[in-house]
Amino acid sequence: MTHAEPVIKITGLATRFGQHIIHENINLTVLKGEVLALIGGSGSGKTTLMRQMLGLITPAQGSVEVLGATRYNCGHEEERKLRIRSGVLFQQGALFSALTVFDNIALPMRELHTLRETIIRDLVMLKLSMVGVEAQHVHKRPSELSGGMIKRVALARSLALDPELLFLDEPTAGLDPALSESFVELIRSLREELGLTIIMVTHDLDTLVAISDRVAVLADRHIVALGPIPEIITIDHPFITAFFGGTRGRNALRVLQPS
Amino acid sequence: MPSNLPADHRARYQLVTLETGATCLQLTGSYTLISLNQSLPVIAGELAQLAKQSGLYWDLTNIHQLDYANAVMLWQIWGRQRPDHLLLRPEQEKMFLRLEKTALLPEPVQRKWFLPISLLGQQLLRFLDHLAGMITLSGQIVLDILYLIAHPGRIPAREISANLYRTGAQALGITAIVGFLIGIVLSYLSSEQLHMFGADVYIVNILGMSIIRELGPMLAAILVAGRSGSAMTAQLGVMRVTEELDALTVMGIPHSLRLVLPKIIGLGFALPLIVLWTSAVALIGGFLAAELQVGLSIRYALTALPDAVPIANLWLALGKGVVCGMAIALIACHFGLRIKPNTESLGEGTTNSVVTSITAVIIIDAIFAIAFSNIGIRIAG
Repeated sequence: MTHAEPVIKITGLATRFGQHIIHENINLTVLKGEVLALIGGSGSGKTTLMRQMLGLITPAQGSVEVLGATRYNCGHEEERKLRIRSGVLFQQGALFSALTVFDNIALPMRELHTLRETIIRDLVMLKLSMVGVEAQHVHKRPSELSGGMIKRVALARSLALDPELLFLDEPTAGLDPALSESFVELIRSLREELGLTIIMVTHDLDTLVAISDRVAVLADRHIVALGPIPEIITIDHPFITAFFGGTRGRNALRVLQPS
Repeated sequence: MPSNLPADHRARYQLVTLETGATCLQLTGSYTLISLNQSLPVIAGELAQLAKQSGLYWDLTNIHQLDYANAVMLWQIWGRQRPDHLLLRPEQEKMFLRLEKTALLPEPVQRKWFLPISLLGQQLLRFLDHLAGMITLSGQIVLDILYLIAHPGRIPAREISANLYRTGAQALGITAIVGFLIGIVLSYLSSEQLHMFGADVYIVNILGMSIIRELGPMLAAILVAGRSGSAMTAQLGVMRVTEELDALTVMGIPHSLRLVLPKIIGLGFALPLIVLWTSAVALIGGFLAAELQVGLSIRYALTALPDAVPIANLWLALGKGVVCGMAIALIACHFGLRIKPNTESLGEGTTNSVVTSITAVIIIDAIFAIAFSNIGIRIAG
């Protein structure tokens, strides 16, 4: 991954909500094929930064380039391609409650208007098998599914169009330890299989240690540290010492130490 | 084709004859949704034509990039099985292994064919269910009122005044506009007719009776049912979705006392006042139009009004306002509390609430009309 090309390039980004300044001069590059985790305290603007990469919020200053195209004012056709090439897993899954599991995953495929319904049918079943959801659940509504199942179906939907880029917002929030471990394992295997670039916002130390290649730490309106976890933990910053230095942090980091 | 895609990455295919004499179909370039875009159905059709040849060799090793959508496309062209002669790269091998293991889409569970009779029965049961729910809720409200009489300190005064403001004060603008315009329309239409008979002065009787007794209360109630009823249902529904209702329950705060009762009392006070306001504005609009149209002075119209319309009509209108207001709030809360935590239920509940409360308002009006048919009406002669 030494000479990998940048997938996302953020330069000089600043965000303000009224008088409140969230980000100041943020520069960040995400490389092809890596898993970058965004961490930071509550209210540090991790989710805001991710939403800016998704084009849901426009920053006050600076530019965001995704897959070689500027995220804002990039034209309708370019925008459409970006949407096809990236997938998002929202924190609560954001499945459409009026549609069945099948229709939820088929929706982005149908929106392309190039795939025939027979292909869509097989493709949906394929995506569901990828995320380990049995065929019997395919005609259920999201309200009939458990929390873990909703996350899996939402992941299948985000992978519907074979994206290169995947955004995960708190992928393991609200899952029990066993479920989150299997979910992390699933993300890791899919990443290997599909060659995904992943940008992830998480609070969960175990998830962080398990799948991230690099970590970007957001604090005091800036990215205060960027690098692999072993490098990050050596940096002396109040947020980092509090985040990794606590009991939970030390337990999670034990995985990294050579036994 | 995306401009940033190199020319040699475009999806192509060619037929080559192998040394053995067999024909081989070589696929080259990128077979992805992005690179194929609109040409995907075209290429799929062409490949399906070629696939009809027997003994065809398929060579996928030169494909630059293959995504699952196109893998499925090929898989279906092959009839859900590998062709006899197929060359794959290891990562493509994995993709087709996955496809082999994928289950087919199960048939949806057959919906029962509802006969008209059972459909009707279901509707009836649903109606009875709602009726029972509303009676239960109003019974609960009566119990709450008895409880509040015993414990006057627990009266949710803040909530009541907030509801009074939201459903009353904030509705003044819209009811005034509608009332004023209806008054003008009514006056224009009837004053022309009366003028023909030289009975201009009776415009006061016509406008006064129809607006004070009937139109004012109905306009106000229907507007408020649409405006405040839907807001109440949606508010309770969203509180269900965000688990705020459950939070209240675990704190030991009953929904009926803190959420439903203030709405019913608030609208019970607000609607008669709005009725008064709407009627007044409609009368002003009507008299103004009469002055412009047939030259009947507003001063005369106002002095003649008490003689033309017995005061009982005003009490009747206020009574309608109280009953309709409480009914609208009760219906809105009933539907709001029944919303399930999903978006579809929210929309359905709000629609049902508004439709039901407007129907209820008209039924209440009809009941009033029959029950008080001999009150407030002076029969000439």
